[in-house]
Amino acid sequence: MTQTTNAKPDGSTASRSRVLRGPGGTALRLEPRALVAGLLLAAVALVMAIVLIGTGDFEIAPWDVVRTLLGEGSPADDFIVNDLRLPRVLVAVLVGAALGMAGAVFQSVSRNPLGSPDLLGFSYGSAVGALAVITLFQGGSAAVAAGAVAGGLLTGAAVYLVAYRQGIHGYRLVLVGIGASAMLLALIQYLLTKAKLVDATRAMVWLTGSLAGRDWSQVWPLLATCAVVFPLVLGQGRALRMMEMGDDAAYALGVGVERTRMLLMAAAIVLTTAASAAAGPISFVALAAPQLARRLTRSSGPNLLAGALMGSVLLLVSDWASQRAFGADQLPVGVVTGLVGGVYLLWLLVSERKAGRI
Amino acid sequence: MQQRLTARNVTLGYDQRVIAEDLSVEIPDNSFTVIVGPNACGKSTLLRALSRMLKPSAGQVLLDGQAIASMPAKKVAKTLGLLPQSSIAPDGITVADLVSRGRYPHQGLLRQWSQHDEQVVAESMAATGVAELSGRAVDELSGGQRQRVWIAMALAQQTPLLLLDEPTTYLDIQHQLDVLDLCAELHENQGRTLVAVLHDLNHAARYATHLIALRGGVVVAEGPPAEVVTAELVEEVFGLRCQIIQDPETGTPLVIPAARKARTGLAA
Repeated sequence: MTQTTNAKPDGSTASRSRVLRGPGGTALRLEPRALVAGLLLAAVALVMAIVLIGTGDFEIAPWDVVRTLLGEGSPADDFIVNDLRLPRVLVAVLVGAALGMAGAVFQSVSRNPLGSPDLLGFSYGSAVGALAVITLFQGGSAAVAAGAVAGGLLTGAAVYLVAYRQGIHGYRLVLVGIGASAMLLALIQYLLTKAKLVDATRAMVWLTGSLAGRDWSQVWPLLATCAVVFPLVLGQGRALRMMEMGDDAAYALGVGVERTRMLLMAAAIVLTTAASAAAGPISFVALAAPQLARRLTRSSGPNLLAGALMGSVLLLVSDWASQRAFGADQLPVGVVTGLVGGVYLLWLLVSERKAGRI
Repeated sequence: MQQRLTARNVTLGYDQRVIAEDLSVEIPDNSFTVIVGPNACGKSTLLRALSRMLKPSAGQVLLDGQAIASMPAKKVAKTLGLLPQSSIAPDGITVADLVSRGRYPHQGLLRQWSQHDEQVVAESMAATGVAELSGRAVDELSGGQRQRVWIAMALAQQTPLLLLDEPTTYLDIQHQLDVLDLCAELHENQGRTLVAVLHDLNHAARYATHLIALRGGVVVAEGPPAEVVTAELVEEVFGLRCQIIQDPETGTPLVIPAARKARTGLAA
């Protein structure tokens, strides 16, 4: 080793990361651009949340929203902000984040940008569960949420077991997921045709994915789920990064590949189901958020946190746009995310084509 | 004396298909061991078993006297490195960032990067001659350069034992020798134990200090190339009639396949 490197004066190599050192030899490795992008997304999410709370039939200025949130608003504002709109916006933030992170996990595990819970059948699984409760038992909203959770988890377990063959491989997972989606979609159609008109209408609203009328009873279970699952997933982020180089390479570096993958997939399924239970199967957020985040951070790796933040921003913006354009609660937010997602996908195709990647 | 890495009476296979049965192999410490054999003889399978990527259905692979399957993954990864046949470079990753991933087994959630890590990465890139490329994206590199980067990553893992699965495949002759020279240097200068699967018998004879010849999942011969590589062995292992002459450059055995007429005459 006589050759010297082209290291910079501080001894660092030409890596995109910078190191943050703490006491006792602790050190975090961060990519500056990813950090700035993350902070930016968090700021946008916060601003959008405040604007969204002020939006509706009764407009409240952003400044008054902040004052009310801090407990210094008028009683009328207090009721509208804290009891009516804050839970709804919190559901939007959490659902967006859960879907964004779940999408990032699935895309990374399947090494496929189409490997999102929408396409792998998990959202349809939740839908079948919820629709069964609505059309067969005419259950209340809590029962519908429980049905969505059960359907999602069952589908997740089934897809995992069928796709498992000496480990899970990306391609198999996507194929099995698409097969499951097709069957579940047929089941959804069947349930809809068998349903009474009232139930069918309710089912359709659920299927579109909506934030209308969400209150604290939806916030708490979702918040609890996210509080447990987010740290778990983020803790596996580095292992997931290694797995993007292929199972063998990750294994050689000491990653327990199969265990990590099972843990992460279970976590992502739980996140997707929790989101579906709270707001219905909101389309495209899980697909688009991680990809958009990746383009923003330019970071190789799963972009878990940035994906989650981007998911929140996407859902908040969609909800705001829907309310601005059509009035409060006229158009379910799922319709807007679907539209935005379609446009995004086309843009992705065009830009990838220009770059010569497809 | 017990060697650091050994396979004891292992049975290897995928699903129901058995590739090798009751196979025992010892990797001599501080050797550059090369495993050779015809296609489908189980050489890559053996390497996968030695690197704990494939779990034997019977028998054990021992690392420092311990069953490798029951050791913590990160602990194994500090002792034994592997260069897989194919790895995927993440989109747009730079050489330096890829090489630094080799430090993963030495890091923790709160101890993600030390000065030592930085130094090891720089040294690994220097040793493989990719230091000038450190800021470049891996997907822009040529095949030979890319293979060097992957080797640099495996080096950054700083394992006394390094396993390489067909490291020269898909490279032109110049880059094949480049990679093998690099392996020889690692073996001679850094005292690492290297185990490689190679297709080219002449490369194996030139570079290996210890040769293991496999056929149908059975070790046919092992030892220094000068003793092992004989016309009889090549015919037995590869079914190829040949002459062995002395390599005029290195003095190692050189396999010269018999002319077409002589060989087809044998088959008739």
